[in-house]
Amino acid sequence: MDSFFRSEEMCLVQLFFQTESAHNCINELGHLGLVQFKDLNPGTVAFQRRFVKEVKKCEEMERILRKYSRFDKLEQELKEINSNRDTLRQNFTQLMEINHLLKVFDAFLFYLHDRFVAGVIKHERFPAFEKILWRLFHGNFVLRHEDPVKKDVFVVFVQGDQIRGKIRKLCDGFHASMYPCPNNAYARKEMRTNVNTRIEDLRLVLKRTEEFRETTLTAAAANLQEWASKVKKMKAIYYTLNLCNIDITQKLIVAEIWCPVSDLNSVHTALIHGSEQSGSSLSPVVNRIQTQQTPPTFNRVNSFTSGFQSIIDAYGVGNYQEINPAPYTMVTFPFLFAVMFGDCGHGLVMTLLALWLILHQEHFRKLKNELIDMLVDGRYIIFLMGLFSIYTGLIYNDCFSKSFNVFGSSWSVRPMFHPHGPWTNDTLHDSGHLHLDPLVSGVYSGNPYPFGVDPIWNIASNKLSFLNSYKMKMSVIMGVAHMLFGVTLSLVNYIFFRNLKDVALQFIPEVIFMLSLFGYLIFLILYKWCVVMKSESAPSILLLFINMMLFDYSSEGTVLYRTQKPVQIFLVVVAVLMVPWLLFAKPLLLYRKHKQLKFLSLPFCLSLFFGVKKAFVSLQVSMADIFVYQGIHTIEYCLGCISNTASYLRLWALSLAHAELSEVLWKMVLQVALRVTSGMGSVLLAVTFAAFAVLTVTILLVMEGLSAFLHALRLHWVEFQNKFYKGSGYKFTPLSFNRMRDMQ
Amino acid sequence: MGSFALPMICFTTLWALVGPNRGVVITSLILTAVCCWLFWLIAILAQANPLFGPQLKNETIWYLRYFWE
Repeated sequence: MDSFFRSEEMCLVQLFFQTESAHNCINELGHLGLVQFKDLNPGTVAFQRRFVKEVKKCEEMERILRKYSRFDKLEQELKEINSNRDTLRQNFTQLMEINHLLKVFDAFLFYLHDRFVAGVIKHERFPAFEKILWRLFHGNFVLRHEDPVKKDVFVVFVQGDQIRGKIRKLCDGFHASMYPCPNNAYARKEMRTNVNTRIEDLRLVLKRTEEFRETTLTAAAANLQEWASKVKKMKAIYYTLNLCNIDITQKLIVAEIWCPVSDLNSVHTALIHGSEQSGSSLSPVVNRIQTQQTPPTFNRVNSFTSGFQSIIDAYGVGNYQEINPAPYTMVTFPFLFAVMFGDCGHGLVMTLLALWLILHQEHFRKLKNELIDMLVDGRYIIFLMGLFSIYTGLIYNDCFSKSFNVFGSSWSVRPMFHPHGPWTNDTLHDSGHLHLDPLVSGVYSGNPYPFGVDPIWNIASNKLSFLNSYKMKMSVIMGVAHMLFGVTLSLVNYIFFRNLKDVALQFIPEVIFMLSLFGYLIFLILYKWCVVMKSESAPSILLLFINMMLFDYSSEGTVLYRTQKPVQIFLVVVAVLMVPWLLFAKPLLLYRKHKQLKFLSLPFCLSLFFGVKKAFVSLQVSMADIFVYQGIHTIEYCLGCISNTASYLRLWALSLAHAELSEVLWKMVLQVALRVTSGMGSVLLAVTFAAFAVLTVTILLVMEGLSAFLHALRLHWVEFQNKFYKGSGYKFTPLSFNRMRDMQ
Repeated sequence: MGSFALPMICFTTLWALVGPNRGVVITSLILTAVCCWLFWLIAILAQANPLFGPQLKNETIWYLRYFWE
């Protein structure tokens, strides 16, 4: 499927369908998720559009559903249930009070007064009640009370009906509830059993009410999600309908959509399906039209490639049908990350973490945490980063700052001692550090370590002298290779757009400039590595390069090979000649075309153009603009070559930092615990290992990982992409219900 | 029979995934091979003709003399 290398070809299609079938058709298109509707009413404001009422209604429903889902209520039924429950509760309390009253009343049996008032009053009010009773009736009563719960049960025995009436009014004033109590014991007993059975019944009814309420709510909650998504879909459909045109007869809707050419058939089928569903007689008409407008950029991705495509799009969505850097980024981005991360132990941990994310993806997505969502979206990126880190870690021979000795080191110590070499046993006693000399035969075996860095460098005290030189040169080689790749991709773009003039005017001078200067630098590095020479007479490549640019050949020992001087002079001259070629050739050619245009008539010269159409759409194009644009491009490219090459040195810098941090953690944390010889050493080791693990994960994996990720991303966005990528298109955003559901 | 089914399933899924994405998969594999080979080549060339050797502590030299080789 070649569409991932370049964005897909899009076409503008006009759709005509009947108003009745509009809803169903758009529903079908939404499920398909392959068309983007163009706004045919760009001038109208939101509230002037045709379906604004329906959209508002949908928004209202959405709001209500959201509120309900937060508090989990269904208003009407709940109100009813609640009021019923309240009445029941009231009855229940009353019955309980009567029960208590009856219980207490038996204790007051020996008062033989006829008239009495019995009731229940709140505990706080009782003293006031008693006081007023005394004031009013001057003790012509007997008051007995008890305190079963928070409320007081009281009985007032009086003589006379009038007083009883007054007491009744007083009780009303104090909000005490009064209950009729029968005189004789038998009636009271009967009343008590009655009340008890009623209490039991009420208890049962209350329980049933609670259960009913719960089942109603759970049933409603299950439907809530479905209703919410339905309302969302409807709102999207009405919003889309707002973008279309309705003709005068009110029977036809016209829509313009962007659609990938390869999907036209599925769109047509979906529309026919939609119109059949709504039962209309006419099938919708699909009419492809030609247009000058720029279509949106559509890159078809699957779940593996979507992560990489999104990090490219974060910088800028590609122009229509421009080359897509994503398939190359899939490999080079984790690779450059790994060059900076370079530790196979840490790489292994990262790979395992990514595997865990991949296998438990659903579980992590359910947590709905933003940070974890970002990690899960990038799980394949992290997986590849981990895998490449294991490889570069094996090459750097670095695993939690220790080296593997699989093939046997190329350096041996024995030949340095007396029969072969300068050392004796006394030399060992005299000095603390000694240098192995590769010129003494046998010390260096002549064959480099077959895979990666020799393990002897891990135990050498001048390890960094060797590693720094190696890593810096490696960074420059990687950088120039990456940039050359970028420039080659621009050639592919020119060929695709049939822009052969730009191949000659821009691509060729750019490549020659880069190769003659930085390609030669790489040649020098490789030459110095491959040729045997004495350490004293080996020239420094940096000085060689600087002298080459300054045409300075006066100092001694400045040649690596015999014909170096003429070759270097030739290359610098060629590079300098490329600058005016880049700067002036294209604008001058355009200027000549412009002059020719003025003399010839319009239809004639339209056939003379090839590839530079845009500049001549308006004849008012100013030559100053073209010169300035070309000047900026030239300066950006030429100076950029130098600064970008130096920028790739961050590959060296970060891998050095990572290796040093790793070594510090080993030396200062784990090795300290391993050297303890006392009995408690094992406990200390367990604790120290925990600290080592935590520090490794937080500092080396998370912090260094984020740092290397960021720098690798910057190298891609700036140094690689500014050689060929324009990135000023707009993204294809189809109407897709799947995408809407995933986003919420 | 069981040991035949497992590799059958594995490779069928692998090539089924490769099927519609042939161009991208092949490009990625080639690019991976080139990057990894280049990295290995630089590592081995850098050590092929050394200009200086490692500097070791005398204890290390003593150990290497008797325990390596």
